Amino acid sequence: MTVVRELALLLGPKWRTARRRGAGARGRGGRALLLLGVGAIAWPLVYVTLLRFLRAVRGVEDIGPLLAAKLLSLGLLIFLGILLLSNLIGALSSFFLSRDLPAIRAAPVDWLSTYLARLAETTASSSWMVVLLLVPVLAAYGRAYGAGPGFVAIAAAALVPFLVIPAAAGSALTLLLVRVFPARRSQDILGLVGLGAAAMIVLVLRVLRPERLADPESYRNLVDFLETLRGPSSPWLPSQWAADAMLGSLEGGTDPLGWALLWTTAAAAVTLGAILHVRLFPGCFTRAQEGSEGRAGDGRAWRALAALLAPLGVRRRELILKDVRAFFRDTTQWSQLILLAVLIVVYVYNIRVLPLRTGGGVTGYLVTLVLFLNLALTGFVLAAVAARFVFPAVSLEGRTLWLLRSSPAPASEVLGSKFWTGAVPLAGLALVLTTATNLVLEVPAGLMLLSLVSILLLSLAFTAQALAWGTFFPEFESENAAQIPTSLGGLLFMLGALAGLGIVLVAQGWALRDYLWSGLPGRTPRPPWPGEIGLALGATVVFTALTGLLPYRAAVRRFARLDRG
Amino acid sequence: MIELEGLCKRYGTFTAVDGITLRIRPGRIFGLLGPNGAGKTTTLRMLAGILEPDEGTVRIGGHDLAREPRRARALLGFVPDRPFVYDKLTGVELLRFAAGLHGMSGPEVEARIDELLELWELAPWRDHLVEAYSHGMRQKLILSSALVHRPRALVVDEPMVGLDPRSARILKDLLRAFADRGGTVVVSTHTLELAEVVCDELAVVDHGRVVAAGTLADLRTAARSEDAGLEEVFLRITRGAAERRIASLLGESA
Repeated sequence: MTVVRELALLLGPKWRTARRRGAGARGRGGRALLLLGVGAIAWPLVYVTLLRFLRAVRGVEDIGPLLAAKLLSLGLLIFLGILLLSNLIGALSSFFLSRDLPAIRAAPVDWLSTYLARLAETTASSSWMVVLLLVPVLAAYGRAYGAGPGFVAIAAAALVPFLVIPAAAGSALTLLLVRVFPARRSQDILGLVGLGAAAMIVLVLRVLRPERLADPESYRNLVDFLETLRGPSSPWLPSQWAADAMLGSLEGGTDPLGWALLWTTAAAAVTLGAILHVRLFPGCFTRAQEGSEGRAGDGRAWRALAALLAPLGVRRRELILKDVRAFFRDTTQWSQLILLAVLIVVYVYNIRVLPLRTGGGVTGYLVTLVLFLNLALTGFVLAAVAARFVFPAVSLEGRTLWLLRSSPAPASEVLGSKFWTGAVPLAGLALVLTTATNLVLEVPAGLMLLSLVSILLLSLAFTAQALAWGTFFPEFESENAAQIPTSLGGLLFMLGALAGLGIVLVAQGWALRDYLWSGLPGRTPRPPWPGEIGLALGATVVFTALTGLLPYRAAVRRFARLDRG
Repeated sequence: MIELEGLCKRYGTFTAVDGITLRIRPGRIFGLLGPNGAGKTTTLRMLAGILEPDEGTVRIGGHDLAREPRRARALLGFVPDRPFVYDKLTGVELLRFAAGLHGMSGPEVEARIDELLELWELAPWRDHLVEAYSHGMRQKLILSSALVHRPRALVVDEPMVGLDPRSARILKDLLRAFADRGGTVVVSTHTLELAEVVCDELAVVDHGRVVAAGTLADLRTAARSEDAGLEEVFLRITRGAAERRIASLLGESA
């Protein structure tokens, strides 16, 4: 059998599974409709916003086209980072944890077919979301530059190697990590990945200093600023080559170097990956199968937590203890906390370096604006954290659901325990993050109260929503907890949570509109009145209660009917 | 003790369980037999409250499972056909969790857990994570989790899979002792030897329906094979000509 036929044979079941999932979604009606609805809102929103921005920016002489190009290369750089991390995690699943691997290893299949099939699977599962996000972005660029339908082919030709390079690199890196990592379990690699990604983010932040771009005055003169814009942000990375290749064609020319670099690097990455695979994979796969010898005693910390939870009653206590134990003993779960901690430090640092201080003090009106921006960004961080840690909670029960369903524990108690297990740390994180940034911003007491209550209620609403989406879109077949949030349900949760956040911010803005307008030029600035703060608080309570309670109640009803396990 | 009345379960156009009615008295071990895909596991999952029936009722100890789920489930211990449990808990933590789901904790539960772990020779593994357990050890741990809250009825799906001969013997003795103390046992199995030796009553399920029920003697009469063993009786009832051709088929291909 040729490699191509074997490849088709190996990918067939995956393709059919994906198609049947889609067919199942159509059968259930609501899912497909929801996806279409979300697509119908999100894509035009991104497209129209970016198109307006690009049209406005391109009109600015000299700087405009440079800014548009810089934006594309920075965007692709961010996507490249996401792709690399996502492929590292995805490769661990498809090359080492997948349940069909023993059967495929035992079959007389060529190693190259196995490698290419697994690489294709990793690329598809890790990249689909980035591709979906790129569609409106590239469409906006095409329209803004007046490109014809041929740009679709150009973009596809640039995106294929752009997606393959991180997939091949991520798969090879995972293979090497499995080989050298001293832990007995391959999942422990994710701890290392978390640390590596954390270090990378700190490095990028310190080296690039993106805040300087927003502050042209920090450059010696305009020429310096233009030089910074004109220079490639990352000349050695595929993101820059892809941006150069696409922008070249948009501007009516070609960038042969960008195209050559993209395709030769992709070919080289796949070839190198294949060489590594044939040499290392058999040994690495054997290592990955080794079981754990883990012992876990009834330590002092667990006894203390059990005592702390005692007032909740035996059932709730045991449900929470079980979830907390499973979380901290599963490296795929906690390793990303390292990344989270670094992100928080980076976030507070960014607030600190914002150019708000003029003459030693913080401008009052700017503080208010940044306060709302801070609330939006903290809300986004919280939604992302909830997607990663709360959304998979029901999916992770999967094969063990029988134990809960055959017990007298009602669905409300099971989901309630999961809610508090997620909500308490999330609310703690929210309060620490908001208090720290508010202290840096020297926010007045009334606004401090408003932002703290808002973020607390938002974190509770996000937890409830994450549980609800996770219950309606469970991923029982997932072999890797880190991959669950990248599912359709995870995407829908993020979009729903951000829409909820937007509603709360708009409601607060409406309640505080007179105060906000008082800070505009030509008006007399004044502090917010207690009534305005109260109205904003009331609106926040109503909207977070609605966006949290309704989906949560629906989820309890749904959980009682889940028939898996 | 356990009553199933007109139980139906449909998946789209396919009817997995088609109007099963059974009454199982306390102190009896009731065996559910049937070919693959006959609807045994679906029936047991509805009985354990994991699946909701499309039609029909389940009553456990007089409590309707749909109307009084907590009371009905509190009386039941369930062992599924596949031993999936929380890999990141230790054996003892899993049993404590299972007891906790029934609202039980404290010294009595701890003593019960020790007894069960000793019975199944799992005591040396009590503080090991379940992910390190073999298939058979997991099966024994799940059997323990079904017994930890002292249920009045046991529902066991394929109990012998993965058990070594010694553990299989312990299980048979345990089921008998459980029934002798007034408990009700419903067991689904393909191990006809278990059904023949342990079960007081049997039902043969095929295409989602009970095609024969009663004692082994009743089944022999129904199959018109008074002196035959359970295997022959089972094949006759389920029209198992295909199964009997397997030997010659293997002979041809070998």
